[in-house]
Amino acid sequence: MTVFADGWEAVIGLEIHVQLSTKTKMFCGCAVTFGEPPNTHVCPVCLGHPGVLPVINEKAVEYATLIALALNCRIPPRTVFHRKNYFYPDLPKAYQISQYDQPLGVDGHLEVELDDGSRFRVGITRVHMEEDAGKLIHAGGATGRIDGADYSLVDFNRGGTPLVEIVTEPDLRTPEQARVFLTQLRSLIQQLGVSDVNMEEGSLRCDANVSVRRPGAPFGTKTELKNMNSFRYLQRGLEAEIERQIALLQVGEVVVQETVHFDPASGTVSVLRSKEEAHDYRYFPEPDLPPIELDEAYVERLRASLPELPAARKKRLLEQYGLPAKDATTLAFNKLLGDYFEALAQATGDARTAANWVLGELSGYLNAAGLEVTQCPVSVERLAELIGLVQKGTISGKMAKEVFAEMAVTGKAAASIVQERGLTQISDAGELEAIVARVVAANPGPAEEFRQGREKVLAFFVGQVMKETRGQANPQVVNELLRQHLGSQGG
Amino acid sequence: MVVDVTRLTAYDCRELLTSGQVSAVELTQAYLDRIAAVDDQVKAYLRVDAQGALAAAAAVDAKPLAERAPWEGVPIALKDILCTKGMETTCASRILKGYLPPYDATAVAKLREAGLIFLGKLNMDEFAMGSSTENSAFQVTRNPWDLERVPGGSSGGSAACVAAAEAPWALGTDTGGSIRQPASLCGVVGLKPTYGAVSRYGLIAFASSLDQIGPLTRNVRDAAALLDLIAGRDPRDSTSLGLPEPVGVPHREDLKGLRFGIIKELAGEVCEPGVRGVFAQAVRTMEALGAICEEVSLPSVERGLAAYYIIAPSEASSNLARFDGVRYGHRAAHSPDLYEMYVRTRSEGFGPEVKRRIMIGTYALSAGYYDAYYAQAQRTRTLIIREFAEAFGRFDFLISPTSPTVAFKVGERTADPLAMYRSDLCTIPVNLAALPGISLPAGFSAGLPVGLQIVGPHFSERTLLDAAYAVEQALRVEVVAPLQGAPGGPAKPVAPGGPGTPVGPAGREGAA
Repeated sequence: MTVFADGWEAVIGLEIHVQLSTKTKMFCGCAVTFGEPPNTHVCPVCLGHPGVLPVINEKAVEYATLIALALNCRIPPRTVFHRKNYFYPDLPKAYQISQYDQPLGVDGHLEVELDDGSRFRVGITRVHMEEDAGKLIHAGGATGRIDGADYSLVDFNRGGTPLVEIVTEPDLRTPEQARVFLTQLRSLIQQLGVSDVNMEEGSLRCDANVSVRRPGAPFGTKTELKNMNSFRYLQRGLEAEIERQIALLQVGEVVVQETVHFDPASGTVSVLRSKEEAHDYRYFPEPDLPPIELDEAYVERLRASLPELPAARKKRLLEQYGLPAKDATTLAFNKLLGDYFEALAQATGDARTAANWVLGELSGYLNAAGLEVTQCPVSVERLAELIGLVQKGTISGKMAKEVFAEMAVTGKAAASIVQERGLTQISDAGELEAIVARVVAANPGPAEEFRQGREKVLAFFVGQVMKETRGQANPQVVNELLRQHLGSQGG
Repeated sequence: MVVDVTRLTAYDCRELLTSGQVSAVELTQAYLDRIAAVDDQVKAYLRVDAQGALAAAAAVDAKPLAERAPWEGVPIALKDILCTKGMETTCASRILKGYLPPYDATAVAKLREAGLIFLGKLNMDEFAMGSSTENSAFQVTRNPWDLERVPGGSSGGSAACVAAAEAPWALGTDTGGSIRQPASLCGVVGLKPTYGAVSRYGLIAFASSLDQIGPLTRNVRDAAALLDLIAGRDPRDSTSLGLPEPVGVPHREDLKGLRFGIIKELAGEVCEPGVRGVFAQAVRTMEALGAICEEVSLPSVERGLAAYYIIAPSEASSNLARFDGVRYGHRAAHSPDLYEMYVRTRSEGFGPEVKRRIMIGTYALSAGYYDAYYAQAQRTRTLIIREFAEAFGRFDFLISPTSPTVAFKVGERTADPLAMYRSDLCTIPVNLAALPGISLPAGFSAGLPVGLQIVGPHFSERTLLDAAYAVEQALRVEVVAPLQGAPGGPAKPVAPGGPGTPVGPAGREGAA
């Protein structure tokens, strides 16, 4: 759906900030951290003391270049840092070292796939490097903002963390497209291993520029939508803002170009006018840093080092493992789950079964427990052992699910759980035959029904055999034996 | 042993120490005594660290002579724009009153490492913005040759302190002439190195693309030695390169075969007659040493002043934005909100000239004006760089007077900022082109020192100082001001090496 109420169309562009997971900050040697006590990872440089100078973190340039390359950007041979000047207590130098008219990467794009398999392309205007600001905590006051607060505290630990800003073309037409784009961009960056891309922790942040128009008409006036710190809120925030703009236009009012904040609690957007937002950033080239000249060999070396990106991985998963398209998409766009899957497929030699486990029991457990796959207590090796027990017929698939649940809790090996609980499956036809014969003999009525053609009754007999064997009978063997016995008696 | 410091160069100090004739404590005490005797008149020092200096000197004395580094125990004084760890550094501004830097500037750290003794911090124009040191928030430094007159600026404290023998040498900084112009007005040697020769880390930035740290000394050899001590590529300063080779000890005795271009636009009518007279005499002396001196035109340098007063304030408006009262320095009390805190802190903390330049720079960088001002000034800068480069195709060095005038009276130009800005007419183009330039005492006009500026190609410090040494030997100008009524003075004329009668103020009186 790309058309809203009364035939309006939305035009959306995103500005995404990605915190790079370098060891040290963008322009000094302080460690990049999260959740440490305030102002414990600071130095004269990132505190903006008089006389200090920035020094570019080479790793950050490498990471940013990888992102730009993965987004199919052109990397100009020369890139320049600029100063973006504005006063705010979380910005120690009162300017942010950023990039302006000579960014690291330009003219890129990302191919995005929606859940229904349809694809669209989002243009990437630019990818540039900059430094993060510190964090403010406002005490007292009603708004939670600096105006009206009794006092404010500043934590500079985050100040100077390397950031990459990605700006898209206004190519998105629905909030859903925006959400899916951001999800897949996140997967891409995760695949590169250059950021944690965690929206809750702020290592992935997204602002949106949004306007509405009649299809084919020129762009309407846009607003900048902020404060959407989850994928869901991005979609909901955009929905609310698009509705607000349409409602204004419907009654003949105009949209004003301004910043709009999304409130996750109420699901609404509000305009917060503030004098601190009337900025002229007075950009000029940072005289403390010479321009960076990235030679072709460097860029090509990085390009060659790019890992397999989600789109390519999906193609490979389809071809190499013959997975269903939906499974391949999920595994390709979730790097860690995909890695787990491939390791498991390797270990078990059965890709379909591995995929079923990873997307079934494993994902179910992880979602319920709120864990990332890297935190999963059941390692690939352990899960492969469990699947091996099923493959050998030692336990049934049903039993394996129970064993998995216990493995996830206790961390024990499958074999030891099976042994402790005496779960070994009885697959020996000779051993089962007597039980089957006894059960059939004891239930002449249902046996007669089966012989009359009521197939469903078979399940009753399987249940009886399972009861006799405390669930350890191999269901396939039991099935065959029951058919023989029920049929033979009738024949 | 009683040391008469008025006679001493830094090399002399080193010789006295290494020969064991005086201890580091005796030498330091002698300078402290000299400061106590004359600084009431000169007001070169903002802070004297007698206790720290004597303690450091005692630590040097505790070391056996054989284990000491060459310059260990030699005192020095520092412009208050250089960060000194745990030692108040103010840039002569109220906004940094009481600020204790948590680190040493790289140049300072190198001197500390070399064992030099820091006597104290020197007055300057606030944030190096000025040409007379009258823009200091704390005191007006006087020219030791005439206490009614300014020492020049912004490194006026550094120049006056050396001229008054309150330190054997000092560090200053030069953004548009702030080492060379006061050196000229105080009759001492001042060197602005090639941009990038010395690390700017810990130099409180005025205009980042122009600032350089350099020596103010009594002679060329001291300048060369101090440059070698502070120069070098610094991983903390991405714009630093260091020197291709150490300068060593300048020793050239003639100028045979060297071609000097006299910059027409900086040596003519823009300079007052007395200055032109001394300059002409210096040119004749150089020719007598075998130099070939010819006039050369660099038409764009006339626009240097205009370009500089866009570029430097633009960078300054950004560099000085960090003084916001949030983390260090002055903060206005009882502000009702954040905006008021910024406005009051900065209104109270900065002096009028700093405010003027912040406003000029903010305006020049504003949306809609950037191309007309900042971008245009950068294009002018490119032209100036190109013209210098072309001139160095024909000449080994370029020369002009350092300052269009001799030292002016205190208060004479404070009401007219443009007149003040013109004080740096001859020195500014050299900063814009990132070149090394030295000011040498060339003689006197009406009893006041006149400086000769020699400019070399990028990173030519070694040959530049060699040539400057030869000129200095030939000119033989006295470099210690005859302060009246000072114990240990008036200074006896001291030739910078070898016998002969140095040229004193009277010797050039009325030379124009």
